[in-house]
Amino acid sequence: MESDTLRQMLRDMLLARAFEERAAQEYTQGNIAGFLHLYPGEEAVGVGVLHAAEPADYIVSTYREHVHALVRGVPTRVVMAELFGRKTGCSGGLGGSMHLFDRERRFMGGYAIVGETFPIATGIGYAIAMRGLPEAVICFFGDGAVNQGTFHESLNMAALWKLPVLFVCENNHYQIGTEVHRHSAVAEIYKRACGYRIPARRVNGMDVLAVHRATEEALTQIRAGNGPQFIECETYRFRGHSMADPGSYRPKVELQAYEKQEDPLKIAIAETLVAYPSAEQTAAVGNDNVATLSNHLGSDGQLSAEQLTAMRAEIGEEIEDAVRFASDSPEPTLDDAQAALDCNRHSEVLI
Amino acid sequence: MSEEVYYWQALNRALDAELAADESVIVLGEDVGLYGGSYRVTEGLYAKYGEWRLRDTPISEGSFTGLGVGAALVGLRPVVEIMTINFALLALDAIINMAAKIPFMSGGQFPMPLVVRMPGGVARQLAAQHSQRLEQTLMNVPGLRIAVPATPQDAYWQSRQAINSHEPIVLLEHELLYFSKGPLDESLPAIPMHRARICRQGTDLTIVTYSRMRDLSLQAAEKLADEGIAAEVIDLRSLRPIDWNTCMASLEKTHRLLVVEEDSGFAGAGAEVVAGLSERCFMMLDDAPRRVAGRELPIAYNASVEAASIPRIADVVQAARQLCAS
Repeated sequence: MESDTLRQMLRDMLLARAFEERAAQEYTQGNIAGFLHLYPGEEAVGVGVLHAAEPADYIVSTYREHVHALVRGVPTRVVMAELFGRKTGCSGGLGGSMHLFDRERRFMGGYAIVGETFPIATGIGYAIAMRGLPEAVICFFGDGAVNQGTFHESLNMAALWKLPVLFVCENNHYQIGTEVHRHSAVAEIYKRACGYRIPARRVNGMDVLAVHRATEEALTQIRAGNGPQFIECETYRFRGHSMADPGSYRPKVELQAYEKQEDPLKIAIAETLVAYPSAEQTAAVGNDNVATLSNHLGSDGQLSAEQLTAMRAEIGEEIEDAVRFASDSPEPTLDDAQAALDCNRHSEVLI
Repeated sequence: MSEEVYYWQALNRALDAELAADESVIVLGEDVGLYGGSYRVTEGLYAKYGEWRLRDTPISEGSFTGLGVGAALVGLRPVVEIMTINFALLALDAIINMAAKIPFMSGGQFPMPLVVRMPGGVARQLAAQHSQRLEQTLMNVPGLRIAVPATPQDAYWQSRQAINSHEPIVLLEHELLYFSKGPLDESLPAIPMHRARICRQGTDLTIVTYSRMRDLSLQAAEKLADEGIAAEVIDLRSLRPIDWNTCMASLEKTHRLLVVEEDSGFAGAGAEVVAGLSERCFMMLDDAPRRVAGRELPIAYNASVEAASIPRIADVVQAARQLCAS
């Protein structure tokens, strides 16, 4: 992989973590309200998948989508402003945290009803296939969403008509408070795609490189006209379901284990920093990571510790700027809201 | 040039014209393709336009309607046929949470040229689960438009207008209207999609109605005329928005309001008509508005119970008589 790409992925992961932690702070200070679902722990999924996508591909996401929008290139300011409910936000302050949209970047929305991303993505895929374009749709969803009817209905149609949809399950093991073994008769989520003849695999969703590679492979298949693909990314969220949820249903030791040993940021940094691993480090990571580590450490132009510090500082400033921008932005008015509802009226005369 | 056609044929011609005019128009639904549509509405179109334009879907109302929403986001103009409105309950998330809200909650970024067509009414002995009316549910959704064509001419005009609009529109048809006949002139310029139409002039009372109850009300008006009562009949043609001005102009003349609806009355379309007109022109009215509506019952299989559950001509005549006697 190009070292630029690698560095950019690491930067996006660091930005993602810092953005979400700041959003949590702003929430406790009352600058952000409503439901706020944060992404720490899951960064490797969004970053790995979206860096493998092309600008012409479409992204359909859930209510835990701030990071998807950021990685897709929606400016940090504009995402923060939306969380603040301001007119300068990517949905004009009318959508909020759970409904980020950016038509120009083909970011087709955050959907807050579990299971809605399936038919939306399938419909976009239908249009692409009908027009014979080399584009794809990336459909994000959580492990809980596979129990909705739309999952089965949409996967069936996508497979039946060979639509260019990449289904990406962000399996963080919990549908709010119910652990995957307690909500799914088949706990290996990727196996549920088999009923629809959709090639599916499970990847380590804490390893950004693994996610990136799997996505590239899947998109290659899709662009060859082979129909939909399915990737289950096993990941973990370090926080509760939303800011309203302390996440107390999860054993402390489980959370600590993930934070200490599986933090995707630590893994990505280890993969990027110029340093030979110690014997202990080599032993501590799995087989897979040893291979990726050696590959990347052998190549040129990786990041130094000083560069990493500088990168963190730059991200800190970017987030400060975003918060300032959001705070200083005007709120939308009722007229703005009415105009958004009537945005497709054009010159049509109704009565 | 005007000719007599079935209501389903008018819809068929409208779809044919739009499919021919714009290759982004597609039709999705159960048996809309090879089979030609449960009520023949898409007959012959599959052979003409192929499977990508006329897509036979699995029985998955929630997802094929949602698929239409997704396709509309990227510039297709899907016409989703839901076989009957009863099955639309499974698609309400797509219609209400997606189609009606995405343009708004994206801050006005996305088009939503989606048409959802379905028959919604009481046919003949189809029993409770196939005889539902849901207009009140959809009327309460900001962002949706609802047209209720009652004649072949309106079915033709309003479906073409709906397909050409960039906004999400529900077309509520009626099982018993598909095989009714009426004049169709494809060359006539269309009136605005949501304008009401006075289909009989009168001076003694105004009957406001829509869909299949239009014919029933016109027949009642004939009988009332025999008794010397001149009823004006307004076919709303649309339930959201409602053409208040046409109704008010009529009430200014008649001063009496009777609303006739097939759906049960409680919190229904008629309630909105009565409330909206009371707010706008209460002082014009000589008496309290009245409604003739379906009973507060699910629809029974038994034919006589079914017939008694929805308005009959005699019910309309009697209500009009009482209103004019007061």
